[in-house]
Amino acid sequence: MISLSYTPMCALSPGECGTVSDITLGGAMRRRLQDIGLIPGTSVRCVGVSPLGDPRAYEIRGAVIALRNDDAEAVHITR
Amino acid sequence: MGLTRTSLTAEIGRGANYTDKHDCVVALAGNPNVGKSTVFNALTGMHQHTGNWSGKTVGTAFGRYTYDERTYSVVDLPGTYSLLTHSKEEDAAKDFLVNETPHLTVVVSDAACLERNLNLVLQILEVTPKVLLCVNLIDEAKKRHIKIDIGKLKKHLGIPVIAITARSKKDIERLKEEITRATDNPSESAYTVQYDDEIEKAITTLREGGVGTRFEALRLLDGTPEAGGDSVPSGAADAVAALQIARTAAELSDEIAKALVKTAEFIAKEVVFVEKATDMRREKIDRVLTGRIFAYPVMLLLLLLIFWITIVGANYPSSFLSNLFSSFEMPICRFLQRLGVPQFFTEMLVFGMYRVLYWVVSVMLPPMAIFFPLFTLLEDVGYLPRIAYNLDRCFHKCSTCGKQALTMCMGFGCNAAGVVGCRIIDSPRERLIAILTNNFVPCNGRFPLLIAMTSMFFISADTAASSFWGAAFLAAIIIFSVMITLFVSSLLSKTLLRGVPSSFTLELPPYRRPQILSVLVRSLLDRTIFVLGRAVAVAAPAGIVIWLLANINVGDASLFAHLTDLLNPLGKIMGMDGVILLAFILGFPANETVIPIMMMGYMAEGTIKGYESLSALKTLLEANGWTWVTALTVVLFSLMHWPCSTTLWTIKKESGSLKWTAVAFLLPTVIGAITCILVNFVFGFTL
Repeated sequence: MISLSYTPMCALSPGECGTVSDITLGGAMRRRLQDIGLIPGTSVRCVGVSPLGDPRAYEIRGAVIALRNDDAEAVHITR
Repeated sequence: MGLTRTSLTAEIGRGANYTDKHDCVVALAGNPNVGKSTVFNALTGMHQHTGNWSGKTVGTAFGRYTYDERTYSVVDLPGTYSLLTHSKEEDAAKDFLVNETPHLTVVVSDAACLERNLNLVLQILEVTPKVLLCVNLIDEAKKRHIKIDIGKLKKHLGIPVIAITARSKKDIERLKEEITRATDNPSESAYTVQYDDEIEKAITTLREGGVGTRFEALRLLDGTPEAGGDSVPSGAADAVAALQIARTAAELSDEIAKALVKTAEFIAKEVVFVEKATDMRREKIDRVLTGRIFAYPVMLLLLLLIFWITIVGANYPSSFLSNLFSSFEMPICRFLQRLGVPQFFTEMLVFGMYRVLYWVVSVMLPPMAIFFPLFTLLEDVGYLPRIAYNLDRCFHKCSTCGKQALTMCMGFGCNAAGVVGCRIIDSPRERLIAILTNNFVPCNGRFPLLIAMTSMFFISADTAASSFWGAAFLAAIIIFSVMITLFVSSLLSKTLLRGVPSSFTLELPPYRRPQILSVLVRSLLDRTIFVLGRAVAVAAPAGIVIWLLANINVGDASLFAHLTDLLNPLGKIMGMDGVILLAFILGFPANETVIPIMMMGYMAEGTIKGYESLSALKTLLEANGWTWVTALTVVLFSLMHWPCSTTLWTIKKESGSLKWTAVAFLLPTVIGAITCILVNFVFGFTL
């Protein structure tokens, strides 16, 4: 079996930081993330979880952006 | 956002000549939520609506100002993060910059978030070097201990840069001065991003092949030319093809994005100095307002508080206006008689048209003049995006967009405003669902009926405890309407509007101190007057129709009575009666008139009348066979029936389709009728 050597971004708990290593999303969402400055090498910090656990809020380059876990799962990070 | 003059002027502006030929055209570009609209308002003095959430301006708004004996036409482009992505906003902004070639483009950016904003600045510099960077919200950044070296930024970008606080009049004067200077002395050394060698070589080839700007070349390489959009000059097509064989379009796209982001990062590192990065205040507030324990109670309490202030506050001005207008009835009558107008027409005009008209104005104006400023206040502070954040999970489950929560909240004020608000939703499918379901939340016009029913039939005596139960019952109605909205949204996602939820990014802006005065002026002008205008336009003819129905006799009864008899069997099945059903039908122009028309029917009078007290109304209703089941079905049908004419008109405009307008009419009506029949069937026996 292939071992999962990465952490999905949605696994970050509030206050935890990480650095993006890969984005496996395609299409419009990949573009949208690039627009807000999320590319491999970008550091992110989880700043909060909405009351029902999804979406979560991340600090990305000075702005706070909420992403659904489905999307954030495809953003791989290293802690 | 909402029913604003912006949307109106944008419609006029499109197609028509929006600027004078001799004007100096200045485009305002920028990320969403950077105070671009505030800058626009301050420059032009026109009240374009601004708010504290992303993606508000979809249509293009424009305004003018004169400085130093020259007239400037300012065009407010939609807020965008990028020009490369293909969405409605991005395309509108890109098309304007590429095709209209403004004399100057002012890029407004948020000082606290400069790095991301620079990404857009760099993209715009690929289109034109005539750019002025306006670093806004510099006061907010200072408070968060973020310092920006403007001189250095100017040197790096090779364009004029100015730091301002858009709320300050002095800063706006400085900005005007800077705009004049920048227009007269275009920059000659504007910065351009360096991509890797292959891309740079391809750009050169493309431009030699006839592609106008570096930006258009980039878009071609990006591999996402829209159908029929960017046309490729023949010489250039081969160059693109050659490069896209070596590297896939996706790789090229990534490379371009990377170069832009990295350049922005590099410049930001040079000019931005941060002492204390995180905004602790925001995080503390968010821990409460979006926390597991407090998020929903706070939301519900805030909503109830707004309703309470609206209802209590509107009481006095409503009766004042009503008395004022009614005191004119007799003088108008006498005046018309003196002019020789026949008795029949005089009565029709005064007791039909005029009375319904002033009824609508006096019951609608005060609550709207209170509700909309309060709502705008929440918007200004930055709370609204948090509502979307808190509720997104529910909407996600229904395969729709979390921003629908915002349009739903707006619907509590006015469904027509809520429908216009759906423009903030990107995906057309999700936007249509939000439009079709907006009517399921009760607007201000329906609250008086809901409250009257609650206090007459569902709470007992007039004690302190009863007002609590009244509020609780109202809260239950609201929660029910939200659940129905979610249910129908999910139903639509599975049937007529099938699809998976599209991707969702929602910016949570910092909490900001609201500008009270501007909130008042803006919400009054932009929302209240506009909605009221549309309501009045339909109330006047409706008043005449109601009066004619009640005063034209066929056989031994009025047309109104005949219609009532006709509708009676249907009404009975639904737990109501013919009068109630006819009142809902005649209340099509404005939901506020449902109770007065009902009373007119029961009292067999020729004109609508206000009610003196709730107990008198209750006696009248009970004398006509009302029970608590009747009241319950009236509440349910009020929540779930066709949208009012203003809303329907707006739905037609926003969806651009008669078919979907018909769906918007039928969907709630059918659901409401079925619910009422079921409720009547189940509870009718208990009586």
